Amino acid sequence: MTTTKIRIATTSLAGCFGCHMSFLDMDERLVALLEHVEFNRSPLTDIKHCDPCDIGLVEGGLCNAENIKVLREFRANCKILIAMGACAINGGVPAMRNHFDLRECLEEVYINGTGVEQPQIPNDTELPLLLDKVRPLSDVVQVDYYLPGCPPSANDFLRILSQLLEGKQAVIPANSFHFD
Amino acid sequence: MQNTIIIDGQEIIFKDGQTIMDAALAAKIYIPHLCHYPGLTPHGNCKLCTVNLGGKSVSACTTPAMSGQQISNNTAELNEARTTVTQMLFIEGDHICPSCEKTGNCKLQAMAYHLGMLDEHFSPFYPRREIDASHPAILLDRSRCILCDLCVRASREIDGKNVFAIAGRGIAAHLIVNSSSGKLVDSDIDVSDLATNICPVGAILIKEQSYTIPIGKRIYDQQTIVEVGLQEAISEKTKHDHD
Repeated sequence: MTTTKIRIATTSLAGCFGCHMSFLDMDERLVALLEHVEFNRSPLTDIKHCDPCDIGLVEGGLCNAENIKVLREFRANCKILIAMGACAINGGVPAMRNHFDLRECLEEVYINGTGVEQPQIPNDTELPLLLDKVRPLSDVVQVDYYLPGCPPSANDFLRILSQLLEGKQAVIPANSFHFD
Repeated sequence: MQNTIIIDGQEIIFKDGQTIMDAALAAKIYIPHLCHYPGLTPHGNCKLCTVNLGGKSVSACTTPAMSGQQISNNTAELNEARTTVTQMLFIEGDHICPSCEKTGNCKLQAMAYHLGMLDEHFSPFYPRREIDASHPAILLDRSRCILCDLCVRASREIDGKNVFAIAGRGIAAHLIVNSSSGKLVDSDIDVSDLATNICPVGAILIKEQSYTIPIGKRIYDQQTIVEVGLQEAISEKTKHDHD
């Protein structure tokens, strides 16, 4: 009955893949979950583009033009979009670069950095353009659910997915989540 | 006849001179608060303790208790307003919990947990404010300051010093250090001062201590802000030590 499975897409934008690793911490519980869900576009499947999906899980904030393109593809294809983890919700650790001008960051890394040879700021046309500031997902698209944590625990993922699989609204009670 | 007020239908006794907050805490009723600390003069600036008194919104920490008051506190409407206030405090400053040494010990974070605040709703400001790392033992990161004024009052009222003040107005308001250079190193602040230790967020930190207790075993990993808030008071010993 694969046709009735809930279709999930996942991606990591300006994140560290920690949320994805934590998702996989479900370990053997993933086997039971896979009886009810199938993965579409995701680093777990290596599928490169979204088909229409039921749930999109997006890790990381927005630091470049490609992140925005991917996020818009997710929003256009996913009935329910979940911002997973601190970076997706408020920019997180990558947003610490917002304390500095973008040029300052690039010069620090590629011109003045320790051990840099042939200093130059990369400008290949294939590289996505960096945004002036790292932004949360909700600055660009409507987000349906927020799953805080750095990362959210495997139990957090299971709980929100279980609720959604049952067709319920996801509820994350007060004092049941962490931002760190 | 005893002086009594009613909070969420519960009648409690108050003493003359107590505020609604004083009376509530004495009766073990929690009214959310960030800028209030029992033992310091109330300031009424964070607005988390807003309660409904006869149809009017008032700050519980600054409003005197008066016999017969009917007060609503723990209502969905007030908690929603408190969540919005907390979200605004988050986005106006730099509150990236995973990178902050105060995480787990932070009252702003614990307030968000208490109110069930999953996101910040508003677009973040990502402000750039001056960091003062001049002092060998104490760090001041203004980007995390919520202008609660607790350090200002603790320094003046308990430590017997006058290390801090709030300068500027509106969005330009910021914490300043009363020293010739404006730097902490030239002030008379000490690590043991209440002003150093009372910061509810990660704006004033004691250096080289932040990770002695690991994340996951910190104050609000073990207790809720309600439990902590009902226990807090400046001990007579602290007051006496600083006399």
